[in-house]
Amino acid sequence: MSVKTIQGAKTKSYLSRLKKDMFSVNGALYLMILVPMAILIIFHYVPMWGVQIAFKDFRASLGITESPWVGLKHFKKFFSYYRFGDVMRNTLMINLYDLATFPLSLVLAILFNYIGAQKYKRFVQTVSYAPHFISTVVMCSMILQFLSARGGLINAFLGVFGVPAVNYMAKPQYFYTIYIWSGVWQGIGYSSIIYIAALAGISPELHEAAIVDGANIWQRIWHIDIPGVLPTFCILLIMRCGSLLSVGYEKVLLLQNNLNSTVSEVISTYSYKVGLASSSPQYSYSSAIGLFTSLINMIMLIIVNKISDRLSGSSLF
Amino acid sequence: MSQTIRPHRKSYWKRAISGRSTGDLIFLGLDYLLITLLLIIIAYPLLYVVVSSFAGGSLYGNGLSLIPERWTLEGYRAVFEYKYVWTGYRNSLIILVMSTSIAMVVTTLCAYPLSRKDFMGRKFCMTLCMITMYFGGGMIPTYLLIKDLGLLNTWWALVLPGSLSVYNMIVMRTYFSSQIPDEMREAAQIDGCGNWRFLLQIVLPLSGPILAVIALYYSVTRWNAYFSSMLYIRTKELLPLPNILREILILNQSQSLTTSMASEEQADLEKRAELMKYSLIIVSSLPMMVIYPFVQKYFVKGTMIGAVKG
Repeated sequence: MSVKTIQGAKTKSYLSRLKKDMFSVNGALYLMILVPMAILIIFHYVPMWGVQIAFKDFRASLGITESPWVGLKHFKKFFSYYRFGDVMRNTLMINLYDLATFPLSLVLAILFNYIGAQKYKRFVQTVSYAPHFISTVVMCSMILQFLSARGGLINAFLGVFGVPAVNYMAKPQYFYTIYIWSGVWQGIGYSSIIYIAALAGISPELHEAAIVDGANIWQRIWHIDIPGVLPTFCILLIMRCGSLLSVGYEKVLLLQNNLNSTVSEVISTYSYKVGLASSSPQYSYSSAIGLFTSLINMIMLIIVNKISDRLSGSSLF
Repeated sequence: MSQTIRPHRKSYWKRAISGRSTGDLIFLGLDYLLITLLLIIIAYPLLYVVVSSFAGGSLYGNGLSLIPERWTLEGYRAVFEYKYVWTGYRNSLIILVMSTSIAMVVTTLCAYPLSRKDFMGRKFCMTLCMITMYFGGGMIPTYLLIKDLGLLNTWWALVLPGSLSVYNMIVMRTYFSSQIPDEMREAAQIDGCGNWRFLLQIVLPLSGPILAVIALYYSVTRWNAYFSSMLYIRTKELLPLPNILREILILNQSQSLTTSMASEEQADLEKRAELMKYSLIIVSSLPMMVIYPFVQKYFVKGTMIGAVKG
């Protein structure tokens, strides 16, 4: 169909309206959004198209399009890798442990909410947000210093109770605890903000009515606060489950050493090692591992989203 | 901490206790106890690092006391004598300015049109943005792209891919669409004000707080990032500070954990690292520590705007 006839007829078809919008009224808006869309397409969509090398034998001389298709070869290779079970287990363990500490920031928000001394509350809040701004590298070097057997803070502290000095970073059994609780230390204050905002949104009339009816704080938390922040909690939980296999490789990589690698090797660090850190990089194999992670994450996101939709009525999409 | 409470003690505690049930009192007691415990757990390690940086290494042998045997600036001298700390610092600052300014321009140009309900491409562009939040190409395809574009070993590889964070864009868009009334735009349009002029002379001056928040989000992310520079930058002179830190503080430490033999160069680095580890942490976190007290209320505000939108 020709645009001319549509224009001539002055019908309000989508195309004609779009054309009018684009070339007369809001032309500048299209011009504005050109740059961000170009960035998005180049740096996000081109790599998505490049994911096809997971199904190919990538050779630099042939480029992405010309390299031969090999089907699921690289996926099969990953599944039959002799440490596949270990890597999977470590990834899941770290993430499930991390997930278990997820409600802590909600607990903290509720604790803050009932502190009546405003100045003291604000002071503690300000201090508790501070670790969020520490970079991963600095955080990890602090962890290493504090846990060192020679003069580390933790050993000095436990020494007061007569516990002998231990080189914690060399002991695989402590790795998850170190990783998770240092994360809690760094993030709990900052992630409580969002719940504090949600708690502030609860109508004070509910609390007043409950007080008149003789409810104590425990009952008010259980019957007013928890239901009030549940939608926010569910949304955050869904988002967290959507990255169940991918979280935290920057930090894991920094805390890893030869002595704890049996428990600290996770999917993303393994994919980085065979892909870019290796002297003979296996691009296709590494992309296949990355794609596998993304797929599992997608599936998890959809499943948890469905469950949450059923149970509490809050969902992402 | 009792000092912070003391001025209020009499009046506050009297008011707090009178007419409360036992359940309430137990809760409040526990509440204050836990919050104070949290304060100690978070503040103590931070103070420990600060004090240690002035104690030339660690407070080893001092038990848990926060008062060193002697105050010294040796740690800081060692930091400033190390050439790569300077280059890293300079690079980090340049990259920070570059990436934050570019990201702000790109994000604003994306958020403003998307905040306009009469913009017809809105739905399509928004979908294009949302998809990238849940799905991406991954490390290798992105690396190959950067390589094909000839951006390897340049700062553009760090600046451009992160210049549009969809999350930040949505926060900004929410602010625009809730704070700038449609009537204002219509009035301006009748007076002959075009879209560009409206954005630059009316919308942006009215959006100070959100621009500050988003700029800070971008700066903090950039200042702290090490992974992308580890992938894309090969020349040591071009590396930003976090990567230099990683070399001194972390690789060195894990090496000494596993190998007993050390080359002369490594032994030297190790000695230096011992002396400057805490001062290096302070020096590298300085920009964030300086701006933190001023901006933390903005951060809170930004998170709340983001939370409303989910």
